[in-house]
Amino acid sequence: MSDAVLNILNISKSFGALKASDDVTLDVRAGEIHALIGPNGAGKSTLIAQIAGKLKPDTGKIDLLGMDVTRMSIAERANLGLGRTFQISELAMAYTVLENVMLGALGKRGGAFRFFKPVMKDAELRERAESAIERVGLSQHMNKVTSELSHGQRRQLEVAVALTLEPKIFLMDEPMAGMGAEGSKMLTSFLDELRGQAPILLVEHDMDAVFALADRISVLVYGKVIATGSVDYIRNHDEVRRAYLGEEAA
Amino acid sequence: MSTVLIIEQILNGLQFGVMLFLMAAGLTLIFGVMGLINLAHGSLYMVGAFAAAAVAASTGSFLLALAASLAAAAIVGAIIELVVIRRLYDRDHLDQVLATFALILIFSETTRWLFGSFPLFLDVPEALSGTVTLPGGIAYSSYRLMIISVGIIVAVGLFLLISKTRIGMRIRAGENDREMIGALGVDISKLYTLIFALGAALAGLSGALVGAIQSVQVGMGEPVLILAFVVIVIGGIGSIKGALVGAILVGLTDTLGRVMLPLFFANFMEQSSATSVGSSLASMSIYILMAAVLIFKPTGLFGRA
Amino acid sequence: MISERFFNYIVALLILGTALVAWVMDEPFLITLTTKAVILALAGVGLNLALGQGGLISLGHAAFFGLGGYAMGVLASHAQTFTPLMEAPFLIVGTNSMPVIWLVAIVASSLCAFVIGLLSLRTSGVYFIMVTLAFGQMLYYFSISWPAYGGEDGLSIYVRNSFPGLNTLDPIQFFGICFAILMLVIYGVSRLTHSPFGLALNGARQNAQRVHTVGLNPFKLQLAAFTISGAITGLAGALFADLNRFVSPTMFSWQTSGEIMIFIILGGVARLYGPVVGAALFILLEHWLGGLSDFWHVYLGIILLCVVLFARGGLIGALAKKERAHV
Repeated sequence: MSDAVLNILNISKSFGALKASDDVTLDVRAGEIHALIGPNGAGKSTLIAQIAGKLKPDTGKIDLLGMDVTRMSIAERANLGLGRTFQISELAMAYTVLENVMLGALGKRGGAFRFFKPVMKDAELRERAESAIERVGLSQHMNKVTSELSHGQRRQLEVAVALTLEPKIFLMDEPMAGMGAEGSKMLTSFLDELRGQAPILLVEHDMDAVFALADRISVLVYGKVIATGSVDYIRNHDEVRRAYLGEEAA
Repeated sequence: MSTVLIIEQILNGLQFGVMLFLMAAGLTLIFGVMGLINLAHGSLYMVGAFAAAAVAASTGSFLLALAASLAAAAIVGAIIELVVIRRLYDRDHLDQVLATFALILIFSETTRWLFGSFPLFLDVPEALSGTVTLPGGIAYSSYRLMIISVGIIVAVGLFLLISKTRIGMRIRAGENDREMIGALGVDISKLYTLIFALGAALAGLSGALVGAIQSVQVGMGEPVLILAFVVIVIGGIGSIKGALVGAILVGLTDTLGRVMLPLFFANFMEQSSATSVGSSLASMSIYILMAAVLIFKPTGLFGRA
Repeated sequence: MISERFFNYIVALLILGTALVAWVMDEPFLITLTTKAVILALAGVGLNLALGQGGLISLGHAAFFGLGGYAMGVLASHAQTFTPLMEAPFLIVGTNSMPVIWLVAIVASSLCAFVIGLLSLRTSGVYFIMVTLAFGQMLYYFSISWPAYGGEDGLSIYVRNSFPGLNTLDPIQFFGICFAILMLVIYGVSRLTHSPFGLALNGARQNAQRVHTVGLNPFKLQLAAFTISGAITGLAGALFADLNRFVSPTMFSWQTSGEIMIFIILGGVARLYGPVVGAALFILLEHWLGGLSDFWHVYLGIILLCVVLFARGGLIGALAKKERAHV
């Protein structure tokens, strides 16, 4: 195999008569941002859920870092090095920013079954958490309760939690959604840098961001990958233009 | 052990199961449509039994007593739905548990205050006090046979109500999507009151029917409520079919367990310890059944995943 | 509004003060009443760990309370009659030493909580409530139908069990033991709340998906919390049996589970001292309302209903600011 960190081989998933994933094959290589685009209902969420471990494919195989993870749980995949952010924020809403990120640091380091020492005084975890918060630019909101954050800030927080896991690959589900122009721009340049640390599988509706960032793009329509290739290749791909970009242009 | 005895016990098990079904059907319907866990369902069972006993004592008519149990439980059900329950639909399960637990306290103590602590008696009507001879020459209580028939009629009635009528269609819509049903222009709060009263009436009927073979007393509803919960866990929540299958399974397991287990242990123990080991195990049998279902199918036999 | 921590100190001092004043004024009944509140508070502290922090609405904690009680009843009754519990394969004799009984109560109830948790945690939400309620009822029926230890009538113990160096028959000394245990357990729970485990457990309650995603397993966290919770409530059961020198299947009943839950609600869910305040209020209500009317449960029901519908947060919620767990 090449230098692929994540390898998705021929996976299919049906709900009744609906083929949500139809023989999808996709890989994410070291150092790249691989964007996954497609119209609403194309099956992006289902595909993400299978990669993250929330759903199990009917057929096919998922390899993470050369390991077959097809049947592994969400937690096991996370421990292997899959860092994920969600389309709709999945955060502990009553926790502060710092507490949420500490949770990530704790998950990475282990030792959740320690019952006595105050976790917030754990210098090692705190350092990891605070540096992740700083990297996404949330330092001044560190002690704010998550439910009081704006949507954009919650996205940043999701990314910060994922950073603490020191993942070997990021799986990001619409990280730009709900962000203002300023935030999107900042996050775009952040992700641009981040790919040096670990490759990113990026699901995104914001086409400017996708075209600015992606090394490769895969287009999903009706559960099928209809094209994979460079930004230019995808821009000029007839079928893609018809099925997807054409609509947007019109 | 003779075949006659076994058949008799199977019928007893069916009768018990049918009673549990009347309780569980209401509970599961209320949960399925409104998302509410109602601990006070056992109180409605008690209300039905007391209403029946009071009316039977003053009129002497068993039919009137049954009618009274249905009416009293439905009316009380509708009142508590209007006053308390509807404030709980949007609350979490903890609040629902606590508020309906509070209702149990209020109902039990008020009933004790009105009727005293001593059990009331509700007699089996004259016409049904004898036995019927079943094919094969088995004599069986006609009253218990009547209970089984009532249960079957109610089960069929519920299936028809839900699958064939307008109300049933709304109930099914409500189970699938609570917002959609509002969008359809159905007056949701009326529908909820109606469903709650229907569930209450079934519980009340069940309390009255059982009241005639056991005693009518404060606190009679809660053990049945907990058994109905076991039925729902086994059958799968929100499913009437699950409630029926679960109820029959629980009824048979409990009744047969009580008869068979002491006999079974008598094969290799002395009589007195066989009785105590057997009856202790029998008292746990349905919970063991529940545990087994949890291991193999945590959402119940007919539950949605 | 005062800080929750300050409020907690006042509550602890009030309870200690009540017992001491009663002791000085030679009112043993009042000491016993206070002791009862302390023991019930301990049972509530146990449940609050599962319910408040774990989000596990258990309606079956009477199972652990009863097991703790019967651990005391069984061991003490064998000591009382000088008959061994079992002779083969090895000899086990009864005992009336409190520390030994506590240990047995803790081990038995945590094992039971582990098994019940293992099964019940396969479900969630409303199923979990029904399943825990059902398992509690199973132990209730078992205790009634098992004739060796009194069956339905329960079991009386004629002497209070002993604690090295203390006279446990003296109400104030027995109060001291119970109060010290409550304070120790509350300290432990408070440490746990702020520990890595507490962070993960409270996180799992708020968003299980989030905890999964950082590589932790909510099921294991909740099972551990449920087990510890059962152990604490079991210890309370053993003390309760000691207080009354009597155990009966009532300790296993669903009403007991409901009452333990009421303590938490009256005081405040997930508050460190919630069950303490709630249990004290409950005892006060039982005493006052019980004196006014034989049917005082009606009033209790109405009060509970009002708290749930209109005053969520309980008494502590009304009086003290919420303290943040992990700052």
